[in-house]
Amino acid sequence: MSDVSIRIEHLSKQYRIGAVRQPYYSLRETLTNAALTPLRNIRSILQGVKQPAERNYIWALDDISFEVKQGEAIGVIGRNGAGKSTLLKILSRITKPTKGRAELYGRVSSMLEVGTGFHPELTGRENIYLNGAILGMRRNEIDRKFDEIVAFAETEQFLDTPVKFYSSGMYVRLAFAVAAHLEPEILVVDEVLAVGDAAFQKKCLGKLEDVAEGGRTVLFVSHNMAAINRLCSRAVLLNAGKVVEDGSALEVTAKYLSGAGEESGTRVWDLKNAPGTEELKLISIKLLGEAGKPVSVVDVRERINLRIEYRVNKPGLRFRCALLFNTQGILAFATLEPTELIRPKEGTYHSTVSIPPNLLTEGEYLVGVSIFNSSGGKMHFVALKDAIVFQVYDSMTGLSARGDYAQNLAGVVRPLLNWEGGIVDAIPPTVDS
Amino acid sequence: MIKNPSSTASESNSLITIEPPHGWVSLGLADFWHYRDLLFILAWRDIKVRYKQTVLGVGWAILQPLFTMLIFSVIFGKLAKLPSEGVPYPVFSYTALLPWQLFAVALTTSSNSLITSGSLISKVYFPRLIIPLASVLAGVVDFAIAFIVLLGMLAYYRIIPTLNMLTLPLFILLALATALAVGLWLSALNVKYRDFRYVLPFLSQAWMYLTPIAYSSSLIPEEWKLLYSLNPMTGVVEGFRWALLGTGEGAGSMVLVSTAVVLIILISGLFYFKRMEDDFADLI
Repeated sequence: MSDVSIRIEHLSKQYRIGAVRQPYYSLRETLTNAALTPLRNIRSILQGVKQPAERNYIWALDDISFEVKQGEAIGVIGRNGAGKSTLLKILSRITKPTKGRAELYGRVSSMLEVGTGFHPELTGRENIYLNGAILGMRRNEIDRKFDEIVAFAETEQFLDTPVKFYSSGMYVRLAFAVAAHLEPEILVVDEVLAVGDAAFQKKCLGKLEDVAEGGRTVLFVSHNMAAINRLCSRAVLLNAGKVVEDGSALEVTAKYLSGAGEESGTRVWDLKNAPGTEELKLISIKLLGEAGKPVSVVDVRERINLRIEYRVNKPGLRFRCALLFNTQGILAFATLEPTELIRPKEGTYHSTVSIPPNLLTEGEYLVGVSIFNSSGGKMHFVALKDAIVFQVYDSMTGLSARGDYAQNLAGVVRPLLNWEGGIVDAIPPTVDS
Repeated sequence: MIKNPSSTASESNSLITIEPPHGWVSLGLADFWHYRDLLFILAWRDIKVRYKQTVLGVGWAILQPLFTMLIFSVIFGKLAKLPSEGVPYPVFSYTALLPWQLFAVALTTSSNSLITSGSLISKVYFPRLIIPLASVLAGVVDFAIAFIVLLGMLAYYRIIPTLNMLTLPLFILLALATALAVGLWLSALNVKYRDFRYVLPFLSQAWMYLTPIAYSSSLIPEEWKLLYSLNPMTGVVEGFRWALLGTGEGAGSMVLVSTAVVLIILISGLFYFKRMEDDFADLI
């Protein structure tokens, strides 16, 4: 038996746009079309069925080929409309491809949406059986895993309550628990981590990690690059229905984020639209990686530089620059030039701050820029929130502040600090004789 | 995680090939068999949920045929004085209304079943055939409840069924098969052309008058009998009356014609359904 788990060859899917939603009408449409539609339809039937123009079709997937090895966790990323969902739907056998083929070696389970088929009037217990059966579990299989599912969902005391009385958190926990206890060889997961609270998301991710480590193949679609990097060793980037990148998850997510637009790690303004006052205009802000090139994704163990450039239009202007780092919705820290400096001439200047390794935590940072003068009544030349966005990830080498700890590590900064320890006083074995 | 090799070992060497739809497809019976638990769980769900949040609950399963029987008895029995082959008119019509109700509810729910399960179809794979089949099965419980009332009526009118009664399951099966056969066609068509949702109530009503429920099939002129018995529900209703009341001929040529018609619709419906199945998720 080969070690290939998923083989995708020239897979393509064409959708008809616009006309697809025609067959059923709203009442208003029915009224307005009532007189015209039958005539039009009858006419088109009489004239023979014509092939609609090519422009009414789009290729949601366009000749995709790749292979996934057994036990590999692969991330699929791309913008909305890139074809991710279509790919998942084909691999989950919900819809068929127009061209090409896919081979799946082993039982496949897909979690495209947790809680599909849950019925609000049925109790938690009943829904476990219903949902399990919908996902392809046999009854005795559900019997066997029932306790495990309930324990994972933490809903023991509500098992005999109809799920319509559940809080949304409980509902999602139960739904995920059922899906997570399938034991397929291939697990296809779509953005399920977008639901539930942070603690439960971590639990879900941990469960998926277990699945991947248990030798099963995981195909994971997410917008959460940190989750992709944590779970997957490899990623493919889809764009307009084609595979544009296929490689290590770190590289592919980095490419995706760097291509995500100016609002990412670099932002440049032309002088007309530049933020600032007459005297001072902000021209650019750039996040530079260790190699000195603009980046949008950085390793926690990487030294980075943030460089801002601005045009001074009035000689002798006195000010200082500051940067504000926001993450998880709060200001993590601010940093500023230690003294206000006088820029004697007109011209373009830069101020660059070096961020040491092992300071930032994993996740997304928004950087704000402030240029101001506080000696003679505070005066702001530039006050720009969220000028750039970048992602920080931990490549789990064991050398970061995490050490070998793989679970949630809270905080808005994550310095690498020194720990020491040793025995203080050994307790003699016969102390309570 | 503790791995449980036994649970998946049987399927671990399976290969699933996904290809574009092509020509006639197999009915996928092996796959269907794997999902058989789902069939019963979905039917059970429909039964369980049907009368939730109603005051009368399963009482509705009795009231619906009972009220229709009362109306028929007054209008067709008392006013129009339709012949009822020597049997009190209420029993005569109720015996026919029972299989009709079973059929009509199964037909309506199965025809709409794919649309009401739209979110399932677009999110999870399983043999789609299970959906209309489960909704047909779910009607059997209502039937069983309403049947108890019939037994009461037979006792009240002191009618003692003969051994013919043992053939009743065959007629029940024929009614369900008819509902499924038409339901397969209509449910698949309904996904693409929602017009069928509006055709359905009309079809159901017209069909009822083409079936000897309010009247006796003996009213039909002999030369029209063959055409008339192309309606499978004629065979079912006549069979019910024969089995329980001892009227008519029962398992005669009428039932054979009915069965043949049902088989044709059922098999063609199965293939049509399987052919359309691949597009359901994209259209729904």
